[in-house]
Amino acid sequence: MRKTITIDGQEIPYTEGQTIMDAAISADIYIPHLCHDPDYEPHGSCKLCTVSVNGRNCSACTFPAMEGQEIINHSVDLEQDRKRITQMLFVEGNHFCPSCEKTGNCQLQGIGCYLNMHDNHFPHFFANREMDASHPDILIDQNRCIFCNLYVRASQEKDRKNVFAISGRGINKHLIVNSISGQLKDSDIDIADHAVHICPTGAILIKRTGYQVPIGQRTYDHTKIDAVTLAKENKQHGR
Amino acid sequence: MADKLKVATTSLAGCFGCHMSFLDINERMIELAQHIEFDRSPITDIEHCGPCDIGLIEGGVCNSDNVHVLREFRKNCKVLVAVGACAINGGLPAMRNHFKVEDCLNESYIDGLGVENAQIPSDPELPLLLDKVHPIHEIVKVDYYMPGCPPSGDVFWTFLSDIIAGEEPSLPYELLHFD
Repeated sequence: MRKTITIDGQEIPYTEGQTIMDAAISADIYIPHLCHDPDYEPHGSCKLCTVSVNGRNCSACTFPAMEGQEIINHSVDLEQDRKRITQMLFVEGNHFCPSCEKTGNCQLQGIGCYLNMHDNHFPHFFANREMDASHPDILIDQNRCIFCNLYVRASQEKDRKNVFAISGRGINKHLIVNSISGQLKDSDIDIADHAVHICPTGAILIKRTGYQVPIGQRTYDHTKIDAVTLAKENKQHGR
Repeated sequence: MADKLKVATTSLAGCFGCHMSFLDINERMIELAQHIEFDRSPITDIEHCGPCDIGLIEGGVCNSDNVHVLREFRKNCKVLVAVGACAINGGLPAMRNHFKVEDCLNESYIDGLGVENAQIPSDPELPLLLDKVHPIHEIVKVDYYMPGCPPSGDVFWTFLSDIIAGEEPSLPYELLHFD
């Protein structure tokens, strides 16, 4: 018998072992997310994919799909929660879009626009974050890191290295590099590594590739992140 | 015809880029002038803000004068709008927040390249710098936000047209940019 869950009143199939996020992506339903990529183990840290499952809030990327689930993905309350979460991500780091090379291609910015976010609501931390420009090809700007953990997972799961980790708590939380000096130039990183290309924001950039695509012609400048993400993630799974 | 809406504008710790962008509505300014008149603004040179319907604030808050001007606007404007990245999150001027004010002044006026007669400006006419640059919503209540660096002329046009029509201002996706 075909197993199904219901998202916003729409009955969709799932297979055993799938998360709610997996089932949603297969059914072309977008649930906002930043720390999730279907190619990697779910992490459940950004909480943007919070959905209501039979009245209780859960992270869609980690919660298994199960028979009889009535899931709400779009509601005024959830949209408001997601907007506040995004605003917290913005004030926790130093996200100055006008001076960032990733603008227009940035998923954090894309989510902000998708959620019709006009302001950051909270007082800004203006946290002191460091940059690491030691590597000849790769730049790390911690000001823009949202601790999605994707670079950690990509380095471990796909690159079979262990270049990145997250260290510290609260305002002192930061990305660390696995090398004796702590600098990227002394690590095992290579420009072809998945970890270098997975960053949803402008925290990890490839040097000498900036502004090759002009501002105004970038990924999310004219297309909302829901359409871009579904097209990409469905393709990743060959559906 | 109903009375015109009174609009005041100012640039705090901004670059006037938002004001320049406002002028990008070009000939639509003539139509706008049927519905609004400017109070305090760089466009009129009026020095203090009287009772207004809309206050447009460009720039963040970086010195004591910015605080006074912002409070004057809040006191007099029914609707206060944060215009552009600097008013919304401090913008590029807020990048100095990671340094001490003293270090910034020394870099500019004492140790900077090519500085002659090195001295920190201390004329009593000059407003004192705050230790940090703040978004305006940290000082006063803000009613609406127009993101962008700068918001395009179309953003100004759409926003003001909505208010003139008595509608809740909203921006379509194409006009919503943080850069």
